[in-house]
Amino acid sequence: MSNQAVLYDRLGPRGRRNVRIGTAVGGVFVLLLIGLALWQLGRSGQLEAERWAILLDPSTGVPQGILRALGATLRAALVAMVLSMVLGALLAAGRLSDRAWLRAPTTATVQFFRGVPLLLLIFFAYLALPRIGITLNLFWTLVVGLTAYNMAVLAEVFRAGILSIDRGQREAGYAIGLRKYQVMSLILVPQAVRRMLPTIVAQLVTLLKDTSLGFVIGYFELLRQGNAYIQFFGSRYGLQIYVGVAAVYITVNLLLSWFARWLERRSSASPRTAAAASTAPELDAAPAPD
Amino acid sequence: MQAILENRELFWSGFVTTLSLSVVAALLAFVLGTLLAAFRVSPFPPLQGLAVVYVEAVRNTPLTVVWFFMVFALPLLGLGLPTFFIAGVLALGLYTAAFVCEAVRSGINAVSAGQAEAARAIGLTFTQTLRFVVLPQALRTVVPPLGNQWIALTKNSSIGAAFAITEITAVAQRLSNTNPAQVVQIFLGAALAYLAITLTSGGLLGVLERRVAVLR
Repeated sequence: MSNQAVLYDRLGPRGRRNVRIGTAVGGVFVLLLIGLALWQLGRSGQLEAERWAILLDPSTGVPQGILRALGATLRAALVAMVLSMVLGALLAAGRLSDRAWLRAPTTATVQFFRGVPLLLLIFFAYLALPRIGITLNLFWTLVVGLTAYNMAVLAEVFRAGILSIDRGQREAGYAIGLRKYQVMSLILVPQAVRRMLPTIVAQLVTLLKDTSLGFVIGYFELLRQGNAYIQFFGSRYGLQIYVGVAAVYITVNLLLSWFARWLERRSSASPRTAAAASTAPELDAAPAPD
Repeated sequence: MQAILENRELFWSGFVTTLSLSVVAALLAFVLGTLLAAFRVSPFPPLQGLAVVYVEAVRNTPLTVVWFFMVFALPLLGLGLPTFFIAGVLALGLYTAAFVCEAVRSGINAVSAGQAEAARAIGLTFTQTLRFVVLPQALRTVVPPLGNQWIALTKNSSIGAAFAITEITAVAQRLSNTNPAQVVQIFLGAALAYLAITLTSGGLLGVLERRVAVLR
């Protein structure tokens, strides 16, 4: 493990003995925790196989319903992801603009939506927008709330990414006669996106989780579906259904994170890409500038 | 505006509830998160595993689901919590602890290996290395991400509105039901209350960040 390098030297015999003792004590501690949890679960009868079977038994309709609700969650998340990436990019461009009349309103927009809770925005879209003549269905109410919040967060991520690129990159672009938008689109954005990919994906995971706030306004996503099942089958299955819902979220989010890591590896495996390699093969040996 | 002025006491008590919920949950998150980070960098595999499982599971679960666990699932286990406020503190604290753990861990990893090697070379013991070399630097690196977690936590406390806690968002929702004509103003007022917390915290953190920045 790389993080061990900072804190520990290679261990001698006494150190190894201490680690063995610590491992044993830690192991007992973890086993005790697990045991306590199982005992508590068993005592209240939560471990009965019949209670857990509801999650997997197709004849109850629960697995199908959860998959359907996952579809509703993913739909809202995907639409909001695309919209907030596009609007976030526009806002970031506005904040990086040389023109003050463009910079000021975009900065204010970003700071406002970033500093306000998402739930407040969703409530606003739900309660206040109809008042001023904009009536949306539940899906779009949720998407509007999610987009308003996440576009501001992503705008800051994009902006930070572009500002983090070495100044020489931009100057070199200007030196060979590129215009500002060319420097931006050909030089800065590609590098910034690659560098900010982990942060962007972390935010998208957050967005996906935040679709669960749709339950507040009655959008029928995973969590609401879970609650509906608990009402239908009774609180006897409450714990199991919450665990099932949480497991679906965790699986989807872990898949998203793995996908991001794969993408990162792939894009960093072909660094400075084919163009650099074909014109100046000796550059490949040089360490990456970042 | 009128609706807010007429109900300023309700508004104020909502603001105080938001703040106190956030502060207590932040303390819990900080203590538990630091403990988890210590587990993760410890040389003991069982503790590392415990921290990894906790962080990955909690980080990828929506806060709303965690909150449902506290309010509806714990009573099924015979572990009901006395008040909604305590359930909120636990949900927010346990959830944020996973992110605090990651922030602290990345702070420790950001200290270059040469620092600890140099400390060992001049004969410092493990505790001394941690106390005088690694932790002072790590804590400073950790200030910005921890500050962001605090800001996120205050905003997340709004979910309490869905779980019977009368904080600002719940007040705004209630007032907009009784004063439908002033919904927009009411929500702007609530938004300003949050901005007062988040922008002030952001500004103070910026100052603190510059003050303690590690020059590398």
